[in-house]
Amino acid sequence: MSATTAPVSRYLPQRRKWMGSLLHHVIVAGLGFVMIYPLLWMFASSFKAPSEIWTNITSLVPQHFTLDNYANGWKGFGGITFTTFYINSFIYAFFGTLAAVTTSAVVAFGFSRIPFKGRAFWFTCMLMTLMLPAQVTIIPQYIVFSKLGLLNTFWPLILPRLGGQAFFIFLIMQFIRGIPHELDEAAEIDGCNKLSIFTRIMLPLISPALITSAIFSFYWTWEDFLSPVVYLNNPKLYTISLALRSFADPSATTDWGAVFAMSSLSLVPVFILFIAFQRYLVEGISTTGLKG
Amino acid sequence: MASAGRPAVSQAPVVGTGTIGQRRGFRHDNLTGYLFIAPWLIGFFAFTLIPMIASLYFSFTEYSVLSSPRWIGLDNFVRMFTQDARYWNSVRATFTYVFTAVPLRLIFALAVAMLLNTKHRGVSLYRAAYYAPSIVGGSVAVAVMWRQIFGTEGVVNAVTHVFGIPSVTWLGDPATAIWTLVTLAVWQFGSPMLIFLAGLKQIPQELYEAAAMDGATPWSRFTSITLPMLSPVIFFNLVMQIISGFMVFTQAFIVTGGAPLDTTLFYALYLYRRAFETFQMGYASAMAWVMLLVIAFFTAIVFKSSSYWVFYDNKEGE
Repeated sequence: MSATTAPVSRYLPQRRKWMGSLLHHVIVAGLGFVMIYPLLWMFASSFKAPSEIWTNITSLVPQHFTLDNYANGWKGFGGITFTTFYINSFIYAFFGTLAAVTTSAVVAFGFSRIPFKGRAFWFTCMLMTLMLPAQVTIIPQYIVFSKLGLLNTFWPLILPRLGGQAFFIFLIMQFIRGIPHELDEAAEIDGCNKLSIFTRIMLPLISPALITSAIFSFYWTWEDFLSPVVYLNNPKLYTISLALRSFADPSATTDWGAVFAMSSLSLVPVFILFIAFQRYLVEGISTTGLKG
Repeated sequence: MASAGRPAVSQAPVVGTGTIGQRRGFRHDNLTGYLFIAPWLIGFFAFTLIPMIASLYFSFTEYSVLSSPRWIGLDNFVRMFTQDARYWNSVRATFTYVFTAVPLRLIFALAVAMLLNTKHRGVSLYRAAYYAPSIVGGSVAVAVMWRQIFGTEGVVNAVTHVFGIPSVTWLGDPATAIWTLVTLAVWQFGSPMLIFLAGLKQIPQELYEAAAMDGATPWSRFTSITLPMLSPVIFFNLVMQIISGFMVFTQAFIVTGGAPLDTTLFYALYLYRRAFETFQMGYASAMAWVMLLVIAFFTAIVFKSSSYWVFYDNKEGE
């Protein structure tokens, strides 16, 4: 990853190379600033007094720094505070991720290391599900869950994840491919069965892929909107996504400072994970897209 | 569910290579194999295959959940294609979106990946800045932010005001509303960018060096080395972006709500309304199946065309 060369600049004289490097930094940094400006703008606005948000609009530095927006926003709506919404989102994200990643690891091991009849067929079926729009399956799922009386519970959100998710199964399989078969064979000769090969040998080795999957799963669950909006319509069960939708309803709200504060806050867990695990994310995306 | 920036899976499934194909000296172990994939298999039947069949059945019925489904043959499809003007509005909006947002996003992703594919200092910091919008891009928070940025009193108008351009009601004008959503999509080019970046790093530098000695211009180096060498990655990104483009939902739901005049009524949004606001499950299922077929059609076209423009360097192997 790190050992790259800049092929063109190598042939340029020293001074032009220096100028080129400066120009490169100016362009890349300038464009990068434009890219993150909207996010910085929202974070900055969340610390501005309500009167300042739309008057001192483009500035990224609040004239009068205030935390009032956070205090006001946290009160939520309809007597339900954001404490509830955060608990709901964490429940969904935690159990959703745990279910998806655990089973995905087991299934990925089965697909990559155990030869069985029909393996290629089921593997193809699994890849096909990646292209399937959720809209095709969500209507029958909704009908079944509503007949079972499970609307307005978290079961419809978490149960479908217990079967693992195709994207993570594939990601983990890609990782397992890089682990030598000799390890399994040696363990098998030593009398290990497949289950102990998986738990004792494979699991520790594939932990980077599990971390990558867990982070993606957390992101997608945290930001998920379609399933919560279909299954949850009791405000006490709202996740952050649903709460923000109602909280920021343009026909109902005027306190944009509070909206920006709560929106910014909802992105904080995402960015903390991003900063902590950037390497895993970048490699996860790069490898799933490449080493086919 | 599929967030817009979602990276996904390679075009060349591992079938037939070492992983899935039979490995010599290994006995079949059907029972253990099926036990390991059992969770997925059960989930596949319970939450994918059976619901798909049910959805296909519902598409030929009139069904409001409260009463039982009533078979009406092809009526849903006939109504959809011949009588429902809003349906065609949603088709128009979705095609406009997919055919502008997807190419623009890929062009930006490739351009920035090439800018970042250097040994300059600070590349990882830049990479993080360019990728940051994509990891939060699918969230309601960002959609809410976008709505305010393009609001009449928003940042965009404040900036254009400085240059003496009069205010525009970006979200209220049928001519501009959809472009705010296209911009939002293009802004999130992070995932394809990372994949392009990884692809660029695999192009052998000797090719560029040889071309430079032969006096090739930067443009011809780009068209005759970079693009062909990158074509498998372009192909992969194109397929994934087309699929996720057709499924776009949250952004339109929050930013514009389908307004004005249905110009941003994306297919998935209209389907959601039919299914979960007016509870026309039969009609919505019919819409979902048409959507599935359209996505399959475009994916198939890209796959078919790939033999003309995707160049595989086969020397890697296993």
